[in-house]
Amino acid sequence: MIEYLHVRSLPPELWAWKVKIEKIARDQGLDFFETVFEVVGYDKMNEVAAYGGFPTRYPHWKFGMEFEQLSKSYTYGLSKIYELVINTDPCYAYLLEGNELVDQKLVMAHVYGHCDFFKNNYYFSQTNRKMIDAMANHASRIRRYADLHGPTVVEEFIDSVLSLENLIDRFRPYIRRTPVAGPKKRKEDLPDELMMDHDVPRLRAKEYMDEFVNPDAYVEALRQKQRDAHQKESRFPAQPERDVLLFLMEHAPLQKWQRNVVGILREEAYYFAPQGMTKIMNEGWASYWHAKIMTRHVLDDSEIIDYADRHSGTMATSKGRLNPYKLGIELFRNIEERWNRGQFGKEYEDCDDMAERAHWDRRLGLGMQKVFEVRKLYNDVTFLDEFLTPEFCAEQKLFTFGHNRKADEWQIASREFKDVKKKLLFQLTNMGQPVLEVEDANFENRGELLLRHLHEGLDLADDYARETMQNLFKIWKRPVHVATRKGTKGILLTCDGAKQSERLFEVA
Amino acid sequence: MSRIQQDQSRFRNIVRGKIRQNLKKYISRGELIGKQGKDLVSIPLPQIEIPRFKYDPKDSGGTGQGDGKPGDSLGPGSQQPGEGKGEAGEGEGQKAVEVDVTLDELAQLLGEELELPRIEPRGQKQVVTEKDRYTGIRNVGPDSLRHFKRTYKQALKRTIAMGQYNGERPVVVPIRHDMRYRTWNTVSSPQSNAVVIYMMDVSGSMGDEQKEIVRIESFWINAWLRSQYKGIETRYVVHDATAREVDEHTFFHTRESGGTMISSAYKLCAQMIADDYPSADWNIYPFHFSDGDNWSVDDTARCIRLLKEDIVPASNQFSYGQVESPYGSGQFIKDIRENFKTAAADCAVVVSEIKDKDAIVKSIKEFLGAGR
Repeated sequence: MIEYLHVRSLPPELWAWKVKIEKIARDQGLDFFETVFEVVGYDKMNEVAAYGGFPTRYPHWKFGMEFEQLSKSYTYGLSKIYELVINTDPCYAYLLEGNELVDQKLVMAHVYGHCDFFKNNYYFSQTNRKMIDAMANHASRIRRYADLHGPTVVEEFIDSVLSLENLIDRFRPYIRRTPVAGPKKRKEDLPDELMMDHDVPRLRAKEYMDEFVNPDAYVEALRQKQRDAHQKESRFPAQPERDVLLFLMEHAPLQKWQRNVVGILREEAYYFAPQGMTKIMNEGWASYWHAKIMTRHVLDDSEIIDYADRHSGTMATSKGRLNPYKLGIELFRNIEERWNRGQFGKEYEDCDDMAERAHWDRRLGLGMQKVFEVRKLYNDVTFLDEFLTPEFCAEQKLFTFGHNRKADEWQIASREFKDVKKKLLFQLTNMGQPVLEVEDANFENRGELLLRHLHEGLDLADDYARETMQNLFKIWKRPVHVATRKGTKGILLTCDGAKQSERLFEVA
Repeated sequence: MSRIQQDQSRFRNIVRGKIRQNLKKYISRGELIGKQGKDLVSIPLPQIEIPRFKYDPKDSGGTGQGDGKPGDSLGPGSQQPGEGKGEAGEGEGQKAVEVDVTLDELAQLLGEELELPRIEPRGQKQVVTEKDRYTGIRNVGPDSLRHFKRTYKQALKRTIAMGQYNGERPVVVPIRHDMRYRTWNTVSSPQSNAVVIYMMDVSGSMGDEQKEIVRIESFWINAWLRSQYKGIETRYVVHDATAREVDEHTFFHTRESGGTMISSAYKLCAQMIADDYPSADWNIYPFHFSDGDNWSVDDTARCIRLLKEDIVPASNQFSYGQVESPYGSGQFIKDIRENFKTAAADCAVVVSEIKDKDAIVKSIKEFLGAGR
C-alpha cells in the first residue's frame, strides 16, 4: 500500500510528535491498533477521500464525481480535508501536506480518538480489519468483469445494485436472525389428510365421550390453525427478510458475476454501516480527546490561537444541520460531568427542585470511567436515547425544523425536549432511511417480489421509490411490488419494467 | 491516467451525455453557459443521484442548533437548509455547491469542459510583460496594504502570551511589531498580441434570436481567448450590402434591413488586417456569423477569393458560424466547404452550424478545438 500511494515517509519533526502524542494518548487510557500516518498532497488526499479512505476501489463514476467535487471545492477554497482515517488494523491516517504543524498535531490527536473508537466500540467489532486488501480484491474482480462483459454493462449493473444499497439489515452482524434449524420432520411427504389427522392433538376421552370432549368444531378449528401454520411455513421467505441484498444475491436469477457484484457491494455496505451508526459518537469521541490532549499536553503558548481557531471552526454549528462533532463532544463532556457529580440514578431523577438538581454534586468522580464505558457499548441511537437530557437540550439550543409548504420555507418547529429527542432518534434510526423487507418472493403465486415498507408515519418519496423499483425489477426480472402507505391508506406500488401502477392494498 | 482520473473522466462523459444516456434523468445541474454577471458567474457543479428508497426531506424535517423561536424561518425554498455545507467526504446527500468564479476561471472551466487545447501564440516572444500579484505576507509595508485579520491575530497572540489579555474587556491593540502586510510577486510572461475581428450579417433575415446566439457565442470566445493572451483587441464589423465598423454595443443591437453582400465585410476585414495588424506580430482571429444567405454567386466568388488571398494567410484561423434562420438559404457554408478542406485538421478555415442555443457549446468546441 505504501508503494502504491507514493507517499513520503513522515518527516522527522512530525514523527517525533507522532511518538509523543501516541504516548500521551495511551497514558490517557486510549487503546488502539498501530496507527500509520502518511503525508499526502491535496490531490492524493482528495483521491483517497473520494475512495472512502481507501487507496483502491472498483471502477465507478461515483468516485469520479466525489473527486471532482472535492477538487473543485478545494480549488475554490470552499473546503479542504484536514484529516482522514480508516478502520483497519493497522489504522491508516492521512495528513495533508503543507498544513501548519499545529494542524498536524491536532489531527494526530483526533485520529487516536477515532482509532480507539474503531477498536473498542461494539458496533465495529464485526468489521473486517483487513478491508484494504478486501477492497483491492473487489476492485480487481470488478475490473475483470468489466474486461469480460464490457465496462458499461458492469457499471449499469452496479448502478442498479447501488440503488438498493441501503436495504441491508444493519444489526445482522450482531444478532442471529434465523433460528438454528433443528431436525425437521419430513411432513411434506405425507398426504394432507393423513398429516392433519395425526397431528391434531385431541383430549384423551373414552370413545363414546369423544364427540363431546373433542367436538367437531374444535377439531376443525385446530386443523385450520395447523393449515395456516403450514401455509405460513411454505411462504417464501418464511420470515420477512430485511437483508434485501442478501436475498437478491441468493434468489434472484443472476449470472455468477452479477451475484458476485451484489456480494461485493453488500460487503462494502456492511463495512461502512457502523460508521454511519456511530457518526456522532465517533466524531464526538475523537474531538473530546483532541481537545483534551492538545490543551493539556501538546500545545505551546504560541499555538493556542491557531488551535482555538481550528477547533472552533470544526465545532461551528449551523441552524439547518446538526454538527456531529459538536453534539458528540458536548454530550460526552456532559456525561463525564454528570457521572463525576453523581447526577444520575433514582434519587437524582426523582428530584424536582431545579436548583438542587443544578447544584447536585456527590463527588463520585465516575465520569472518566463512564465515558469509556459509553464509547464501548453504545451507538448513536442508544447514546442519545439514554443520555440526552432536557437540560442538555436547552443548553445546546437544539430544535426541530420542518418545511412549511405554504410559505415554501424551512421553519423552526419546536424546542420541546420530547419533540427534539423524538426527531433526533427518528433521524438516526436506520440512518434516517426507510426499512423495507422482503415479504413474499412468490407474490400472488406468480414469482413476483413483494417488499414491505415498515411505515413509521412518513411516506416514501414517491418518485424515488418508482425509480428504485425499476432497478429492483432489473435484478429480479419479474414484476416487483412495494406495500406501503400513503397517509392512512395502504397501497401497493407495482413496477413491471414497462409501466408503474398503484392500487389500494392492505398487508395481511 | 490514474484510476481516479479514469473514474472522473467517466463521470464527466456521463454528464456530457456522451455515454450512459440512461443516467441523464438523474443528473442535476444548472447551465454551464448562461449567467453573465459583471465578473462573477455562478456555476453549479453537476451531480448524479442514484435513486433510493427514502423519505421526502420536506416531510421528515430535521434537527438543528442555534437561536430562534418556533416559527422562525431557516431559509426559503425547497432545498434543505445546511445541505451542501457538509464536510467533504461525508458521503450521502451532498448537493451541488454553487461557487463564484472569476471570468478568468470561467474560461479555464470552459477550456476544461470542452477540452480546448492551449494556444501556441505567435509573435514577439522576447517581449515580456510584467504583472504584480499579491501572493504573500510580510512584516513591513505601506499602510494601504495592511492585512487586517493577520495583524489582529498576531496582536491577539502577543497580548495573550504577555498575560495582558482581559476577557472582561477584550481590547487588543496592535503594536508596530504585530503589523502584517500583503506582499506581491512580479510575474512576467511573454507578450503576445491578439485581435479578434467579429463580422456579423445584420441583413433583414437575421432575427433577434440569431443575434442572441452570436452574442452568447462571442462572449465565450472572448472569455477563452482573453485567458490565452495577455492583451487582446476586439473589432466589430456589421454588414448587409455594405460593411462598416461599429462598437460593441452597436454590433449586438443594430437592426438593418436589405440585401446581403458578404464580400463587403471581408474586404473591410482584409483592410483592417493590412493596416493595423501585421501578421508577423499579431494573432488574428476573424469570426464571421451569418445565416448563409448571400446576394449572388458572383459575390460569393469574390468572398472566396478574399479569404484565400488575404484573410486566411494572415490569420491564425478564420471561423465562420452559420446560424439557422427561417429566411436564409444556408448556402454560404456549402460554398466555403467546397473551396476549403474544412474537414482537414490542419485547415485554418473552420465552419460551424449553430442551429439553436443548445448548439452553442458544440460550436465553440469546433471553433476553438484546434488550438490555433
